[in-house]
Amino acid sequence: MTSASDAPEPGFRLSQLIYDTRYRSLTIQVVTFILVMAGVAWLIDNTVQNLNQLGKDFNFSFLTNRAGYDIGQQLIPYTNDNTHARAMLVGLLNTLWVSVLGCATATVIGVVVGVLRLSNNWLVSRLMTVYVETFRNIPVLLWILVSLALLTELTPAPNAYKINPATGEAAASMWLFDSIAPTNRYTAVPSIEFTHGLGAIDTPFAPISLNFLLIAAVLIGSVWLNRRVRHHAHQVQDATGVRPTTWWKSLLILVGPVVVVALALGFRLNEPELKGFNFVGGLNVSNAFVALWLGLSIYTGAFIAEIVRAGILAVSKGQTEAAFALGLRPNRTMSLVILPQALRVIVPPLISQFLNLTKNSSLAIAVGYMDLRGTLGGITLNQTGRELEAILLMMLIYLLISLTISGLMNIYNNTVKLKER
Amino acid sequence: MKKSVFLGTLAVAGLSAGIAAASTLDEVKARGELNCGVNTGLVGFAAPDANGNWSGFDVAICKAVAAAVLGDASKVKYVPTTGQTRFTALASGEIDMLSRNSTWTFSRDTDLKLDFVGVNYYDGQGFMVRKDLGVTSAKELDGASVCIQTGTTTELNLADFFKANNMSYQPITIDSNAEGEQQYLAGACDAYTTDASGLAATRAAFADPENHIILPEIISKEPLGPAVRHGDNQWGDIVRWTLNALIAAEEYGVTSANVDELAKGTENPEINRLLGVEGDLGAMTGLDKDWALRAIKAGGNYGEIFAATIGESTPIGLARGLNAQWTQGGLLYTPPFR
Repeated sequence: MTSASDAPEPGFRLSQLIYDTRYRSLTIQVVTFILVMAGVAWLIDNTVQNLNQLGKDFNFSFLTNRAGYDIGQQLIPYTNDNTHARAMLVGLLNTLWVSVLGCATATVIGVVVGVLRLSNNWLVSRLMTVYVETFRNIPVLLWILVSLALLTELTPAPNAYKINPATGEAAASMWLFDSIAPTNRYTAVPSIEFTHGLGAIDTPFAPISLNFLLIAAVLIGSVWLNRRVRHHAHQVQDATGVRPTTWWKSLLILVGPVVVVALALGFRLNEPELKGFNFVGGLNVSNAFVALWLGLSIYTGAFIAEIVRAGILAVSKGQTEAAFALGLRPNRTMSLVILPQALRVIVPPLISQFLNLTKNSSLAIAVGYMDLRGTLGGITLNQTGRELEAILLMMLIYLLISLTISGLMNIYNNTVKLKER
Repeated sequence: MKKSVFLGTLAVAGLSAGIAAASTLDEVKARGELNCGVNTGLVGFAAPDANGNWSGFDVAICKAVAAAVLGDASKVKYVPTTGQTRFTALASGEIDMLSRNSTWTFSRDTDLKLDFVGVNYYDGQGFMVRKDLGVTSAKELDGASVCIQTGTTTELNLADFFKANNMSYQPITIDSNAEGEQQYLAGACDAYTTDASGLAATRAAFADPENHIILPEIISKEPLGPAVRHGDNQWGDIVRWTLNALIAAEEYGVTSANVDELAKGTENPEINRLLGVEGDLGAMTGLDKDWALRAIKAGGNYGEIFAATIGESTPIGLARGLNAQWTQGGLLYTPPFR
């Protein structure tokens, strides 16, 4: 009665889950999901059982206990009476500080080297090739250690600056009008002081200096004013074709108010002087920090240089030729035509270099710079014996830092990417 | 039909979380080797020679335990551990026992789930400085840069000492004794602080030991001893009583030279019980009756080990001091063997 092409619906059979393309992808997804969840459950169960067997519990209350140890480098006030949580924060800020400085320096190095590597000057471009190939092909840990070794071996000990009473001379002398003293532990540099400053607001996080807030506010105001001046110059240029001279106005606006405010606050440099074992008075920038910063910057800089070079080469040669035809000079061509287009290619891989640099900063432990790994993942972990908690917390923090960098850079990427209309 | 495919795959996921719960003694016997955690290199306490043979005061404890349990003092695998990795290595089962000049403290014994089985060296934290610095007391170290091994009790003592004396310092954190030695010699720190015995051992390895002094202040109590995992009491007993056997052997005058002679039987019932001539103390811990005999033969009694590794005739030159027998005015006092 029924035709062969119109078979009756046979009902659902189990084998359809595999052989029927309508259901197969769903089956695969469900099975994968179950397997992944089973794997996660097994890991958690295993951990809980092992912890039980060792008689250990899982809690983070150790963070509120007294830390009891001292930290060499600190950006916010910290004593050994503070909690482990505070010590963790000190370490986190040290991580962020070296990462931010490292990313900035690596970008500058990378852009300069990347552009110069494409230079028509044979010597310059070959030198840059040597730089890139040397630095990116040797592990960053070695660069950090080499930097530290150089800083330690080439500089005198602090007591070499002590004046020998017999000869009336010191074995080493300070640089730049006796204001900077490089030693094998740190470089002593002058610190900034305001003799009649405004004081600071005490917050539980860190004291905020009102002096610096005021100067920052003045700077922001100056920059805004400068933009107005330039905007006006543009308008005049558009209307009359002649651009009024702005450089002396800009200079006056940007520098003048800040200098006036700083002088009003009683700005002076606090020069370091040798007292007892070490320099006091100024700021001691530890060699560990400089070595880490330098090592991370030159290493990542080499990678960024290649990314920049790739980005520039990705811009069609016709763009350069067109710019030349319009009479633009080579450096204007680079900054106005090539780089803005190259940024679209450069930014996404640049993000991953920033992430790498930030994560590589955990190598700080090799030179004794107290970053997050050194405080939370090092001393706190050791003194409290909370391995699982400390490591999980550290992983979470690094994850958050990386996601934040990634998010910020994606926002930036959206502003430079090709606008499709 | 094809359901078996799914069931098979699911069965893989259904792994049980079973963990081997065999006792440490059984594991060591089955393995035929004792995994002993030692220092990465501290001359006199634990250091490998040019051929990779380990020797030292802490190493001797490993050898004695291996001799007692396995019958062969050479069947030890030495696992070098840093101040940071030692307790994790023990807790994870990578090593069976830790003999690495580690301080016995309350929190390590309880919260870290370790069991310190005794004290093999009564120590205290000291400071070493260059002689030409002109410093004669630790109280003159205000403002100094101090090298300190991270993850140790000395780190906390240092903070306490400087705080109590209202002084400031700059901590230079280092990871191992070798790094500390290098940093100190390079002048990255004015003073190096660790256990006084460790300072003496470190100084002995210098090219110019006479230009460095160890300051008189001892700022803490550091009872150093071997540790095992908490929970396996039988294994803890074995390590504890092996150490005690070495100490008791010195007290009773049993040496590696006369132990075979004495094992034939003596007038002293205490020695007879120790060496297994009388009673069967070994069986009570799961060993045979010659366990202590073998432990003593491995490197001699406590006094012999001390003299051979860190004593006054060695470059390290440590006096017995607190580590003399209680009969000699020291603190070594083992519970009776009965």
